[in-house]
Parts: sequence; C-alpha cells; structure tokens
Amino acid sequence: MENRIDKLFAAKKRNILSVFVTGGFPKPESTLPIIEELDRAGVDMIEIGIPFSDPIADGPVIQNSNEVALENGTSLKKLFGELKMLRSLTEMPVLMMGYLNSVLQFGLENFYKTCYNTGIDGLILPDLPLDEYFSDHKALAEKYNIHLVFMISPSTSPERIRLIDQHSRGFIYLVSSNATTGNDNGVKNELDQKVKELNSMNLNNPIIMGFGIKGSKDFGRACSLVNGAIIGSAFISQLTESATIEGVVSDFIRSITTPKNIFQL
Amino acid sequence: MNFSVDERGYYGEYGGAYIPEILFNNIEELQKNYLNIMEDKCFQKEFESLLRHYVGRPTPLYLAKNLSSEFKTTIYLKREDLNHTGAHKINNAIGQILLAKQLGKKRIIAETGAGQHGVATATVCALMNLECIVYMGQADIERQAPNVARMKLLGAKVRPVNSGSKTLKDATNEAIRDWINNAGDTHYIIGSVVGPHPYPDMVARFQSVISKEMKDQLLNQTGSELPTHVIACVGGGSNAAGAFFHFSENKTVKLIGVEASGKGIDSGHTAATLVAGRPGVIHGSKTYLMQNEDGQITEPYSLSAGLDYPGIGPLHAYLFDKGRATYLHVTDAEALDAAFNLSRTEGIIPALESAHAVAALQKLKFEKSDVVVINLSGRGDKDLDTYINYLNEKADGKQD
Repeated sequence: MENRIDKLFAAKKRNILSVFVTGGFPKPESTLPIIEELDRAGVDMIEIGIPFSDPIADGPVIQNSNEVALENGTSLKKLFGELKMLRSLTEMPVLMMGYLNSVLQFGLENFYKTCYNTGIDGLILPDLPLDEYFSDHKALAEKYNIHLVFMISPSTSPERIRLIDQHSRGFIYLVSSNATTGNDNGVKNELDQKVKELNSMNLNNPIIMGFGIKGSKDFGRACSLVNGAIIGSAFISQLTESATIEGVVSDFIRSITTPKNIFQL
Repeated sequence: MNFSVDERGYYGEYGGAYIPEILFNNIEELQKNYLNIMEDKCFQKEFESLLRHYVGRPTPLYLAKNLSSEFKTTIYLKREDLNHTGAHKINNAIGQILLAKQLGKKRIIAETGAGQHGVATATVCALMNLECIVYMGQADIERQAPNVARMKLLGAKVRPVNSGSKTLKDATNEAIRDWINNAGDTHYIIGSVVGPHPYPDMVARFQSVISKEMKDQLLNQTGSELPTHVIACVGGGSNAAGAFFHFSENKTVKLIGVEASGKGIDSGHTAATLVAGRPGVIHGSKTYLMQNEDGQITEPYSLSAGLDYPGIGPLHAYLFDKGRATYLHVTDAEALDAAFNLSRTEGIIPALESAHAVAALQKLKFEKSDVVVINLSGRGDKDLDTYINYLNEKADGKQD
C-alpha cells in the first residue's frame, strides 16, 4: 500500500503546509475536529504531538500545551482511541510526533501496529538515535508502513545529512535554527547557504522546514528555500487564545497562505 | 566487571545518548574528546593540583570509633563533607570546567536541586572567569535560600524554573533547552552520573578520585586496600559512582547504594527509583525512572532536595540488574535519626543526603571483623532548618 506522505510529495512539490497540534489540546476530544478543520482549510499534512511531561526540545508554548493535554487526562492510549475515526474523515497524511519514552512504554510493536490500524503514516521521534532505529524500529516501521522522518539542523554535517537522507522516509525535517520550538529566530539569512548545500547534494528526500515558522512571511521564506514548512507553536498559541476552534482554524490558515505569496508556483 | 561504558556509550542496555539532532554536534564533540582530554598529562596535572590546593584533597578517611562500637564493627567515614563548598560535587565541577576550557567554551550552564552542584559550578566559574547560569526550580529556590545566595555572591545568574513541578527534573529540562538554544559556545556541566553519553562515564571518572583515595588510605590504616562494605547514598548517583568505581574488579567488596524512600516505599511519596520505577528514557539516557503507565515522568519525593530525582544514573541501573551492587532505601525519618545520631556520637553534622547512607547501617548485619566505609558526601550546614524542626518536633513529642 502506498504511504500517504509519498502520495502527497508525488503530487505536490512546493508550498507544502504542515501543521502541528498537540494531541488532547486544548480540550479532550478536540484533536479530531481540529484535523477536520485543517483539512477543510487546505492544509497538506498534519503532525499530532504525543503529550509528554518533559518535552526537552520544546519552547514554552508547546510545553504549556503538553501540560494542558495531560491535565485533560490525555494518554497515548486515549489519543489513539480518539483517532479511531481518523480515516473516515480525511485522506491527508498524518504523522505522530513525540518523545521516545511514550512509545517505549506503549510497547514498540503495539505502537506501530496501532499507528497502522489508526491510519497514521509517519512518525517523528526527535530523541530516537539512528542506531536504535536500526536495531529496534526499522523492521517494525517497514512492516506497518510507517515512515520514520529524521531531523537535520543548520549545523548538521554533510556526511551526517547523507546518512540521514539514506534512512529518513517521506521527507527530512529541517530545523530552521539551533533552537527549541516556537523560537523568534524566523528564517534566518544563514539558511540560504545551508539550503544551497542541501540542494547541491541531490538528496532522495524532500525537505520540510520547521521550528519558529510563525506567519505568512516565514512560511513564504521557507517555501522559497525548501518544499514546505511546518507550523506548530504559532497555531497552538492561536488555539490557546480562542475559546472555540470554529472559524479560528480556517482564519489562521488563511493568514498563513493568502498574503500574496510571491513564490507561489 | 567493568564500570565504564562500552564504545557505544552503554552499560549493558542502559545509557546511550537520546538527544535531539540539534545537540548532536555538542554531544559528539564531547564523546570524541573527553577521554583524550582527561588522559592528557597536562590536564591531569592541573586537575590534581586544583583538587589538592583548592578543594583540599585528599579528604580524610576517618575511623569513627563511637559509631564503630555502636554497630560492633569497624566503620570509616570518607569525609567528602570537608571539600571546599561542602560536598563531593566540586570534584566533577573542577574536572568539567577544565574540559570546557580545553574545548574553548565561553559560557557555562548547570542545573541544581539542593544547590550543591550549583554552588560548585558557580565556584569554578568564578575561579576560571567564565559566565555561569544555573537553572533551579522555583520550589528549590525557596527551600534552599542560603545556596541561592552563595551562587549569587559567586557571580552566577540563578534562573528560576517554573515549569512542571519546579524542582530538579524541570531545572534539568530547562538547562537542556538552554543548551539547544546556545549550542555553539556553551558547555553544560551536568552534576550527576546522568544525561546522555558521555556524561555518566565522564562524571563517574571525575568522581572516582573518591575510591582511589579510599584504597590508598585503607592500605595505610588497615593494611589492606579492600573494605568489606562501601555505602553511599544515591539520587542520580555521582558520589556512589565515585565511591564504587575503583572497586569494580574487587568482588569481595559489597557495594551498597542507598536511595531515599521519602515517606515510605508504598506511600506514593518516594524517590527510590529502582524500586518504584522501570526502564525508560529520561534526560537523554536509558535507565530506570519513575513514571506512570503512560510513560509520563512522575514527581519523586524526598525531604532531601539532593535525592528527589525521578531517574538514576545508568551505571546504577546496570549494577542493580547485574546484582553487583545492592540498593537499599531509607525514609526521611530514618535519615533524620541518623543525622542526629552522627551529630551526637561523632560531632559531625552530615548533609541530609549523606545521612541516608549512615542510616543504612541499621539495615545491615556486620561481623566484628568487617571494615565498612561510608561515603559522607556532604555536610549539613544547608539542612540546619530541617534539623532544627526535627529537634523541635522531637522535644514536642517528649512533652506529649
């Protein structure tokens, strides 16, 4: 069976908009309605965060959303329960993103199998080392058709980029700056050089940029450099401030995509 | 049995480096260089010189006669409490600051719980004229005011952490986040044998001076460099790692780690990770940790702010699984009694953490011919408020 992530990238090469939302945030049972709204608003791909007590790579906004989700009683088991109807609602690629401990405690095979049954297409685990991926995850990921997406940062060496490109499936997640999520760095000029380097390498995978992508300007800049971008903290902030999700999601997405994007192809 | 990591950074199945990609270069830089730097003659000379003239090493190995007669055996105290800044933490801080200088780092960050590691780090940063930022949970800042004042006096910036439970675990998260955001010029001085490889091995090696001295001193004082027992308290486990390190090949030596069981092992208010936890990943390392069914890291409890860490160094997880070391647990009340007893019998006021090691004497049976070494990891000045409360409650109890 073809993976939905591959399908997306086969059909669309530029301006891919992916949105991250913490599972079980802002309310219990709000994840599925948010996914529906995002789908309707024209988003290309979604990442659902697995709430964790100690999210070391995340800035204050996503940390807070994790705390709220956990206070809401969200667990990985409940989250999977809530997502049961996912594939009756959307054909968009959906990834899960979280910390390794959540997956380990759920049980590795059980986790991959449940992802498959739920219709999850990919997985991002920032603290999973490559060699543990080879030893413990790779076979399961292939068996259940789950794409493991690996990250690179502006300081990742060319040799390591080559290695990650060899093993990342679906796309490579380029962290926009050496910082935690939701930072104010935006898409710095230094990235142009990095992207030039990446482009000259003829990588197998498309590249999606994330961390600190806040509005249409950042999104446009990111899309001029790579295949698309991920918005997380900015979207979570919007949800935090709003009492309901109705209208909020589509307004937010419009604010990202509509201002005349000169890079639109 | 080797107490060092394998070439991948593991003790058996524990350890490793579970870190976000952004920290890959920093961790790799440390992994590639720490052994070369530590084994360099100039580095060793400077490290040893500072330990001797600045820290005050070797610390005495003191034959505690009164305690010995109480337990009808021979008990020595390894007096880490007599180190500059009052605990073993300075051994590691000196080592890591020299290493950071070798690596050309300009900015030092650290986490602290009770404040002992924070004070040690602030001290060496003052000595080496490096910028120092210490992350400390708001709850601990309130509990450990004198150490906060010390750090400030030494020129460190103390950054309060208000996320999560506002204690050591959260301070560690925040220090890791700082490192992610300032990876280029910053060295993170982790205070215990925890965190991603190479930290557990590096910190254990810096602390191993404790057991090295023990062996020399025992040989001098007893004619044999081997005791029958070595006892040390374990939070993350750095003083225990240092006290056990050079006895790795001496199987006759019983190694005993003492965790804090807080209000009791089944009370739900405990920090005894090896009893109440199970394997997982915390702060970049695979080890035992306290967590719920969903894998959320839970809050440990101990009256002692230096032992309430929800994980434990991967070396200890390994020694526990293999049975090479035995791990006991001691409640708040037992530790307080032991601190009081040691103060009155030997005239030594131990840190509340170290009092857990002393309290373990009650849980062990000794032969008259045994030679027991307790690693007295720190002094009790910082715990005076807690001890005074304990005395007052004891006095109230007598009146009732």
